[in-house]
Amino acid sequence: MKFTAVLASAAMALGLATGAMAQDKTKVGFVYVGPVGDGGWTYEHNKGRLAVEEHFGDQVETVFVESVPEGPDAERVMTQMALEGADLIFTTSFGYMDPTINVAKKFPNVKFEHATGYKTAPNVSVYSARFYEGRAVQGHIAGKMTESNIIGYIGSYPIPEVIRGINSAYIHAKKVNPDVEFKIVWAYTWFDPAKEADAATVLIEQGADVILQHTDSTAPQAAAQEAGNVITFGQASDMSEYAPKPRVSSIIDNWAPYYIARTQAVIDGSWETVNTWDGIKEGMVEIGEISDAVPADVKEEALALKAAMAAGEYHPFTGPLKKQDGSDWLAEGETADDGTLAGMNFYVEGLEGEIPQ
Amino acid sequence: MDLGEINPVLLLASLMVAATPLLLAAIGELVVEKAGVLNLGVEGMMIVGAISGFAISVETGSPWLGFVAAAIGGAVLSLLFVLLTQVALANQVASGLALTLFGLGFSALLGQSYVGIKPPSMGDIHIPLISDIPVIGPILFQHDPILYVGIALTAAVWATLKYTRVGLILRAVGENHDAAHALGYKVIKIRIMAILFGGACAGLGGAYISLIRVPQWTEGMTAGVGWIALALVVFASWKPWRALLGAYLFGGITVLQLNLQAAGVAIPVEYLAMSPYIITILVLVILSADKSSAPASLGRIFHASH
Repeated sequence: MKFTAVLASAAMALGLATGAMAQDKTKVGFVYVGPVGDGGWTYEHNKGRLAVEEHFGDQVETVFVESVPEGPDAERVMTQMALEGADLIFTTSFGYMDPTINVAKKFPNVKFEHATGYKTAPNVSVYSARFYEGRAVQGHIAGKMTESNIIGYIGSYPIPEVIRGINSAYIHAKKVNPDVEFKIVWAYTWFDPAKEADAATVLIEQGADVILQHTDSTAPQAAAQEAGNVITFGQASDMSEYAPKPRVSSIIDNWAPYYIARTQAVIDGSWETVNTWDGIKEGMVEIGEISDAVPADVKEEALALKAAMAAGEYHPFTGPLKKQDGSDWLAEGETADDGTLAGMNFYVEGLEGEIPQ
Repeated sequence: MDLGEINPVLLLASLMVAATPLLLAAIGELVVEKAGVLNLGVEGMMIVGAISGFAISVETGSPWLGFVAAAIGGAVLSLLFVLLTQVALANQVASGLALTLFGLGFSALLGQSYVGIKPPSMGDIHIPLISDIPVIGPILFQHDPILYVGIALTAAVWATLKYTRVGLILRAVGENHDAAHALGYKVIKIRIMAILFGGACAGLGGAYISLIRVPQWTEGMTAGVGWIALALVVFASWKPWRALLGAYLFGGITVLQLNLQAAGVAIPVEYLAMSPYIITILVLVILSADKSSAPASLGRIFHASH
């Protein structure tokens, strides 16, 4: 009994001591869904974290926890971070949405930033990138380059972000190649290299010669390389180690400027709840170098498409567009509003299969 | 929907590839548990095997040396478990969990300079004549050698456990270590050998993922296969051929459901995604109706003075 009392008071003293130290520095926490070495999504978030450290130096301390499952465990990790004195916590996966809101309620003085979600609170901001702009470029290149006219798509979870990507890629592939067909496989994971590689292999066996992925590891790239004569695109990170082929281009998520700006806001005391959704124009979405495996004219068109989106002249969801069931969605020249895009739960006309509910 | 797009030959062939890492790890753990030791560190030993095998085959250019290194890597990590549970008599569950955590972190450290590298390819066996038999050839006789090692290992473990003296002693140690000790068998020594064997098998399974199934190195790439292998041993009632059946079922249905999805079969994807787990459990539970039970000394600590 006595011993435990000693232990408890020691722990409390320790907690107080670290709490006092945290006053000096701004502490920024990051919760990751995969390992920092996944070569994709989490890798880029971690690059953003390192950029924060470099930018602020001694002023800021960062902590992170990797491979946190999307569920109750995430709440535990966030609570722990808040208890350890974090001032700002970035939760970097869609499935952390409700856990983030729950924990934020308990710690009104801690600021939370949730990636790719849509629920905000007085101390919870959301941020995401318009990946679908990058998907438009991918779709264009894929449609031009496929010889089998079958494009394989590895989805993670059927959430709006992923569905937007599928729709955007399909619209732009179809535009340049009316015969194109999409085969979609849901992996129900963000990170499982073996399963991702299996999914890519299955799609290739069923005739796909282009693989688009919305999962986090580079495993599909390796599987495509093994199969030969298949092209892929880097997802979330450049994945340039697989260039020039199979990886012919990529979508790169550049979180660093946002992370630095938000950390600065906490330091200045000017932090407010925001809903950030930036794209190619703001530099949050970057298109990785288009490799020499892509014919020069296709590369030029792709770059022109990117430039048009960067200039705000072109929106990837521009009418006339119909939904999968044939009903009208966007009239000629009309562009999709952010609200519809944020909650997108339907395929556009021409895509086959149903979205799992 | 077009089932014709699924090529049954390719499907059956990739089924075996998907099942092999699971089979290797499960067979190793089966021997460990038959000796009365519960090693929950399978995932950790697999991932250490995955990076050891990957690193050595990249450095030497030989996938064979890679697999040897993977087996050694897995066995060396299991030595840590030996030290904790057989020498220091620590709790096996806690030690096994620690082994997994340690293995995951340690492999990430070892693998830092191996991200994005393509390992040398092992190539498939091609036996003249039988590999060329239509249909059967590509399904059964055109794989990488390690896949056959997995099947051979299953047969060897089964035969050893069932027909040899060594197998009998191993089972005796697992069923009642005090009696085995009284008969003069070296319980600790036998268990250490079993644990090392299990570590080597898990290492091979891990390397199969990093060298053949994916092939690349990524942190945490085993992504839970070790835990499935552990469950499989239980559901297979500690019987080698059932473990093989379970591994092939699980691997097979995983690949099949991806194929069905890609072909656009109108079964809700949620059901397809959970089917490997459900069907494997169901089949093995039905099979285990013969009331075969766990080794009686499973997870219990042995000390000669008890």
